[in-house]
Amino acid sequence: MKQFLVFVRKEFYHVFRDKRTLLILFGLPIMQILLFGFALTSEIKNAKIVVVDYSKDASTQKIITKIAASSYFTIEHNILSYDDMDKAFKQGKIKCAIVFPSSFNEDLKHTNKASIQIIADASDPNTARTLTNYLISIISNYQAEINANVQVPYQIQPELRMLYNPELNGSMNFIPGVIALVLMIICTTLTSVSIVKEKELGTMEILLVSPFKPLYVILSKVIPFLALSFIDLIVILLLSNYVLGVPIRGNIFLLLMESTLFIITCLSLGLLISTVTNSQQTAMLISMMGMMLPTILFTGFLFPLENMPLPLQIISNVVPSRWYYYVVKAVMLKGLGLQAVWKQTLILLGMCFFLLTVSFRNFKIRLA
Amino acid sequence: MSAIKIEHITKTYDKGNVTALNDISLEVAKGELFGLIGPDGAGKSSLFRILTTLLIADKGTATVDGFDVVKDYKQIRGCVGYMPGKFSLYQDLTVEENLTFFASLFGTSISENYDLIKDIYVQIEPFKTRRAGKLSGGMKQKLALCCALIHKPTVLFLDEPTTGVDAVSRKEFWEMLKRLKEQQITIMVSTPYMDEANLCERIALIQNGELLSVDTPEKIVASYPQQLYAVKADNMHKILNDVRFYENLQSVYAFGEYLHTTFKNDEAQIESKLTAYLQQKNNSGIEIKKIEPTIEDSFIRLMTEASLIKQH
Amino acid sequence: MEEKAIICKDLTKQFGDFVAVNKISFEVDSGEIFGFLGANGAGKTTAMRMLCGLSFPSSGEATVAGFNVFNQQEKIKRNIGYMSQKFSLYENLSILENIEFFGGIYGLSDRQLKEKGEELVNTLRLQKEAKKMVGELPLGWKQKLAFSVAIIHKPKIVFLDEPTGGVDPITRRQFWDLIYKAADDGITVFVTTHYMDEAEYCNRISIMVDGRIDALDTPTNLKKQFSAETMNDVFYELARGAKRSDN
Repeated sequence: MKQFLVFVRKEFYHVFRDKRTLLILFGLPIMQILLFGFALTSEIKNAKIVVVDYSKDASTQKIITKIAASSYFTIEHNILSYDDMDKAFKQGKIKCAIVFPSSFNEDLKHTNKASIQIIADASDPNTARTLTNYLISIISNYQAEINANVQVPYQIQPELRMLYNPELNGSMNFIPGVIALVLMIICTTLTSVSIVKEKELGTMEILLVSPFKPLYVILSKVIPFLALSFIDLIVILLLSNYVLGVPIRGNIFLLLMESTLFIITCLSLGLLISTVTNSQQTAMLISMMGMMLPTILFTGFLFPLENMPLPLQIISNVVPSRWYYYVVKAVMLKGLGLQAVWKQTLILLGMCFFLLTVSFRNFKIRLA
Repeated sequence: MSAIKIEHITKTYDKGNVTALNDISLEVAKGELFGLIGPDGAGKSSLFRILTTLLIADKGTATVDGFDVVKDYKQIRGCVGYMPGKFSLYQDLTVEENLTFFASLFGTSISENYDLIKDIYVQIEPFKTRRAGKLSGGMKQKLALCCALIHKPTVLFLDEPTTGVDAVSRKEFWEMLKRLKEQQITIMVSTPYMDEANLCERIALIQNGELLSVDTPEKIVASYPQQLYAVKADNMHKILNDVRFYENLQSVYAFGEYLHTTFKNDEAQIESKLTAYLQQKNNSGIEIKKIEPTIEDSFIRLMTEASLIKQH
Repeated sequence: MEEKAIICKDLTKQFGDFVAVNKISFEVDSGEIFGFLGANGAGKTTAMRMLCGLSFPSSGEATVAGFNVFNQQEKIKRNIGYMSQKFSLYENLSILENIEFFGGIYGLSDRQLKEKGEELVNTLRLQKEAKKMVGELPLGWKQKLAFSVAIIHKPKIVFLDEPTGGVDPITRRQFWDLIYKAADDGITVFVTTHYMDEAEYCNRISIMVDGRIDALDTPTNLKKQFSAETMNDVFYELARGAKRSDN
């Protein structure tokens, strides 16, 4: 046992004496959270919008003028058919459209009630939400103007349609995504590099030619990173709560348990990488490129999985972060309990068990 | 019982395309300081790794301290000390941290076996709070030796401990090994420096995965079959080219400030005849004398013979 | 008077408080084989880097192949060859590809490359291996090949950093034959080594201790000066007093 503790202590020395490791460990998560947090919530200027005006009257003209006057929008085409609008969305030429029905003015005059349709490209959910909010506020601004001197107030009802991503996945959802991404990178990269480094140094030979059990070598490498990743998780949660104002609605204990499971899964992935590589560079490359890219692509926090072609959706099933992301979203943002995420938890548990077994089996007690 | 016993060990890499060791048999007695002498790529490291249970041989068996290197690998791992080639310690740990770590790894402590490493450790103790990465080559090597010794091994394997280390540190290192020998530790050490062979009790000359000879350095040198001559002149490069065309010549090569030569016929006035020949070729300052061969001379002769046998 | 290949006067390199190379002065004649010895960390590598135009001296003067190390580094690089034990050739290129690449860097024409390549492969008797990857060759052959490639553009000076480390005794001597031949062709050879017998093969040697050159002469004179039997003893006598060490 004492051997084991000394080994773990040595690992902590390595971490705290290497600036690069510390930077990855603590600089990366903070940078990611702040970067995503502020990049995704920043103001949008001069978004391209089309106006489809079937009514063409004084009141629609006034609203259009207001939109054109705001710095948020640039009107791309004034009058267009519904089909043309559809095409423009598909080609990505416009972000947003506003449709006035032909009966707009009449409805407003006679029933004091009219509706406007707002359509947004929600494949970029944050932008879509921000843009529609701007439009709604412009419309209610107009509504307030015309209501200034009347007894029966006019009501303009905006109808929202989100194209491509109707549920608006992603608005606040990048936080669980970043947690998954950061844990994945830290656990795989740092574990695999720290083991491979011993191979490069030649110290692995000495460790093997000692009575210390090879299994313990692995364990004592994994435990410090488990602890450090856990600290990282806390830092991210605190940051997102107090700096970005994302609440934790569900049971915090459940969230931490699920995260630990995910961390162990990633650590065993790191172990597996270390058993098949012999140089730090390769280990780094595999962990960074081989793990980061699938995590970004297939977790669903930047690119909605529902819109992906079927083969890619199938591939996404083997990416652990996909399941962890679902769990965090459910527990942290929606406040759901274990009964809502037990399936995902089981899948993660299975993946973790599989990866651990394979990497333990692959770890060689000899050199070749 | 011998400390190390190697029988018909063969090891190949790359699916049998590269032969690292070819049918090696060898015995090292308890408490012996045994040297494995050969250039890079001769197979020294492979042999060390097989004996320290890190590699499994294709053919043959070997025992260390009576334990089989394959079956009883756990026992061997408990009783040997090993310093791999190109070994560097944990550069970011201090001298003391490194030593403490390796001590606990073997389930012991610095104080428990302090006597064994004392002689060596006192030389680096003033720097015990310095990181290993900031130590000099010589000091690193001393620390590595301490780390390999800290658990009082019965057999010590040192793979090229003096490579890349300057002549002064090398000399000190060999003096430390001699003192360790007095503690009854069997030491197997490899080196590409031929001049270090004389510091071992027995040596094996190894080249291309084959043993050229195994014996005491004195006997290997004594078995040199011919008289060796040292030749010198003012212009060494010119004389080397001239001697190469001498009709009675068997071999010639540069050796420090002299040429070392052997002749086909050890005739009576060989020195005066060669002098005459060299003078006729306009060499000045000619000096010829009989000398005793060194290990390097023996190695060169055995290596040449081995490659001749291979060609036929 | 024949032009000097290297003239070095009070050359100094300082890293902060640490004086890696302390006012070294020496001259190397054209066509000379100059041995540059020293204990680990004596400052050999730092000095060699300055002479190769890879780093600026802190003070002092030096010319290499007639060019100033302060402001004519590019010209120096064009007139020297360099080979070290650590980096020599690309292991995953064939012998001929390596020759083409390194020759190409120094601006040899296609015809020259072809001629030189053939000549080189023939002298080293590597005809059969010419298309093999360099990584597959034994260490000794690699080093001989690396040396030949380092002088393929007929530089005025070639710098060799421990070129024979770990090489077998026969190949080591073949390597020195190549060095002698290069010197006969008028190439100045500047070489470091840990093998003291090789020090004897040099025309003159310098021994560095703690950043200074403590001895500089022919091997015979040095042995006389220190009343030592071998160069090993001379070296030991000098380096024993060294205060500092490498890295």
